[in-house]
Amino acid sequence: MESQESRASGAQGVAERPLPGLDRGTPSKPPSELVAWARWAWRRLTAMRTAVVLLILLASASVPGSLLPQRGVASDPSAVPIYYREHPDLAPWLDRLSLFDVYSAPWFAAIYVLLLISMTGCVVPRCARLWREVRSAPPAAPRRLSKEDGYMRGEVDEVEDALEAAARHLRRRRFRVVRHGAEVKAEKGQVRELGNLAFHLSLLVLLVGVAGGRLFGYEGRVAVVEGSTFANVASSYDALTPAPWADLAALEPLELTLDDFSAEFETEGPRFGEPRGFDATVSYSSAEEGEGTFAVRPNRPLDIGGTKFFLTGHGYAPELTVRDGNGDVAASGPTIFLPVDQTFTSDGVVKVPDARPTSLALQGLFLPTGVEGPEGMGVSAFPGLVNPIVQLSAYTGDLGLDDGSPQSVFTLDFTDLDRVERNGEPWRASLAPGQTVRLPDGLGSVTFDGVSPFANFQVARDPGKEISLVAAILLLGGLTTSLAVRRRRVWVRRGDDGLLELAGRSLSRRPLPPDELVMLATAVGLSGGTDKRREGER
Amino acid sequence: MTQQLDLAGVSDVLVTSALAVLSLALVLYATAAALARTGAARGPRVLAPVGGVPRDADDQGRPTRTTSGRATSTGRAALALVMLGTALVCLAVLARGLAAGRAPWGNMYEFGLTGSAAVSVAFLLYLRGREVGGLAAWLVAVVLVLLGVSVTSLYTPVDDLVPVLNSRWLVVHVAAAIVSGALFTVGAVATLAHLVRRRRGAGDDDPFADLAHTVHLAAFPIWTFAVIAGAVWAENAWGRYWGWDPKETWAFITWVLYAAHLHALSTVGWRRGASLLAVAGFLAFLFNFFGVNLWIPGLHSYAGV
Repeated sequence: MESQESRASGAQGVAERPLPGLDRGTPSKPPSELVAWARWAWRRLTAMRTAVVLLILLASASVPGSLLPQRGVASDPSAVPIYYREHPDLAPWLDRLSLFDVYSAPWFAAIYVLLLISMTGCVVPRCARLWREVRSAPPAAPRRLSKEDGYMRGEVDEVEDALEAAARHLRRRRFRVVRHGAEVKAEKGQVRELGNLAFHLSLLVLLVGVAGGRLFGYEGRVAVVEGSTFANVASSYDALTPAPWADLAALEPLELTLDDFSAEFETEGPRFGEPRGFDATVSYSSAEEGEGTFAVRPNRPLDIGGTKFFLTGHGYAPELTVRDGNGDVAASGPTIFLPVDQTFTSDGVVKVPDARPTSLALQGLFLPTGVEGPEGMGVSAFPGLVNPIVQLSAYTGDLGLDDGSPQSVFTLDFTDLDRVERNGEPWRASLAPGQTVRLPDGLGSVTFDGVSPFANFQVARDPGKEISLVAAILLLGGLTTSLAVRRRRVWVRRGDDGLLELAGRSLSRRPLPPDELVMLATAVGLSGGTDKRREGER
Repeated sequence: MTQQLDLAGVSDVLVTSALAVLSLALVLYATAAALARTGAARGPRVLAPVGGVPRDADDQGRPTRTTSGRATSTGRAALALVMLGTALVCLAVLARGLAAGRAPWGNMYEFGLTGSAAVSVAFLLYLRGREVGGLAAWLVAVVLVLLGVSVTSLYTPVDDLVPVLNSRWLVVHVAAAIVSGALFTVGAVATLAHLVRRRRGAGDDDPFADLAHTVHLAAFPIWTFAVIAGAVWAENAWGRYWGWDPKETWAFITWVLYAAHLHALSTVGWRRGASLLAVAGFLAFLFNFFGVNLWIPGLHSYAGV
């Protein structure tokens, strides 16, 4: 699958590249139909035309994944469920066709696996041919040199000296030169083929690297409140997506404490409220790397023995103390509220199953900069903490925590809950830090003690990524070499009439470098001869 | 702060001037074409310098250029205006960068502005020594459209970057995307011209096809580098080097289509198909810039529009 045509290296049939050993000679007995069919199929599969078709298929197959929501694509995890809700009839069918997992779909894999097989089947025989060519001398000049590019012919004082000068000149220019009787044959730019091979083989290496991450890596998410500590075990994660063969029991043993988190926002102009800087100072201790502190920022992850922590988001955790009807503290400490908009209006719940006389649940809205909005509703005007307000409503009843089914810590199961009311209206309270409010009917009280920020960390380990990086470097180097280097041959010889003649041939689509043969002609003292350069040009 | 505002204003004025100069160049190109056509009606061996196909060519298949003097000098004046316009856009990019105090490609407007400059420069560089003068008018038109859309629909005032963009990789990754995008643009215009000329009988040795090929050979590795640099940055910013974010997907589609183009060039009987693939690759690139930025939500939502 060279991306350039090579005219001379037996590649007139670039499109129908015969596989060495399959076409040559007559087999002693006629092959069975199956073998003949297999040969035909292999030749088809490794043909350049097939590669082009497969590439077009690969490009087309990638399109739906960018237009339909995908599972496991980072931007919005709830996109697929939302799509299901909006298109209840269509979605199951799309799902059956793997259109929500395009890039891990069997048909997508089929295309790239076929492409890689096609490519390997084409490239490996080329490796063998290149090896033979590198070891053998450049081929002899064609009988009629005048048909080649940049043909020049003329008289020189001493043919022998001229040939010697030609060989010297070409050697200095890093040609591979062989002197054979009255002929100098030279070739340059075989590294182009090497680059071409490196490029194609690097794709196989890349596959190994990608597979390494897909089979052994994992990704997780965890929110850490300022002042609290995260221990790297599977149960500490808010979400964990391990690869099929990832060993979750052997996570890097480490602990990480969020010492300080700060966020800066634009305070003027049309981009008011846009984020301008985040800084999460953490201290960590790990069995392998010891202890230390580090400032995690966007584009500055913390790397502990290959487990990397990326700062991907942040929010606020209001500290609420709930006292029950008996006056006992039934819940306290920070609770993570999830931001829902650009100004960090956040919502969250506090579940208080141990409150007496009855279990309590609080649903809250946190406004970092609370202002009076339309219809008396409080809204947040700025993502920073200027005027923190927490608005609460309360519920009593069965929280549904005891039946064993998993429940999100961010939502309430309302099936067995009753809204707390006062005078027939739903009870609401709005608190500033330090304020306490009593719940109706002697249910207890809530105190808003203050706010702690929390940081969201994306935790990732990808054991294949170094391999992928090596593959990418190999790919880029090989590609650049194969596209930039022009492989060509040059011949200088004494013609039958005793005159000196020279010409060259490009083995790639691009013409010979201009002036290369002119300079050669000058070096051998050939001038005033028949300059047929123009004829050879394209 | 006042100095920053001044420089941003200077940049905007330069862009407006460049739009005017390039529009004038386009008018001159049209005039030159008209003059040449009138000349062609009178004299036998004349080539229209804009667009058209040579009706006459010398015995080696190369067009002759004995156009009437007025057409030639008008064309030359147009080219001088293109150079002036290019210089103005480049200065506008410089002023914008100084005003923002960073690489001037942090949002869609700046990408379009810098991209316009890159297309103009790339074209002027490749124009030299080639029989492809007819492309000039079309490329000026493309630059005008890109610059015009940037100013009217994408414009955003100078501002700081969102934190995740604040990285050295922004300079490298986006600059490579701009350079390869500019080359892809020149390549696509040359390819389209070649396709038109093909229908009128031009062969594989068409200088337009040659230009397209040369440009694509340079653009493809640079685009590859842009994608790889993006992957390295993504690993550093989001924790994975490839996540099939829509932007990444369309970069991949662009890459695969251009790879198909290069392979098709070496396939017997696929030369026209190869040209079509190059055009498809460019459309994918365009969609990645306009479509993905404006309509598809993803991690690369930095349009600022």
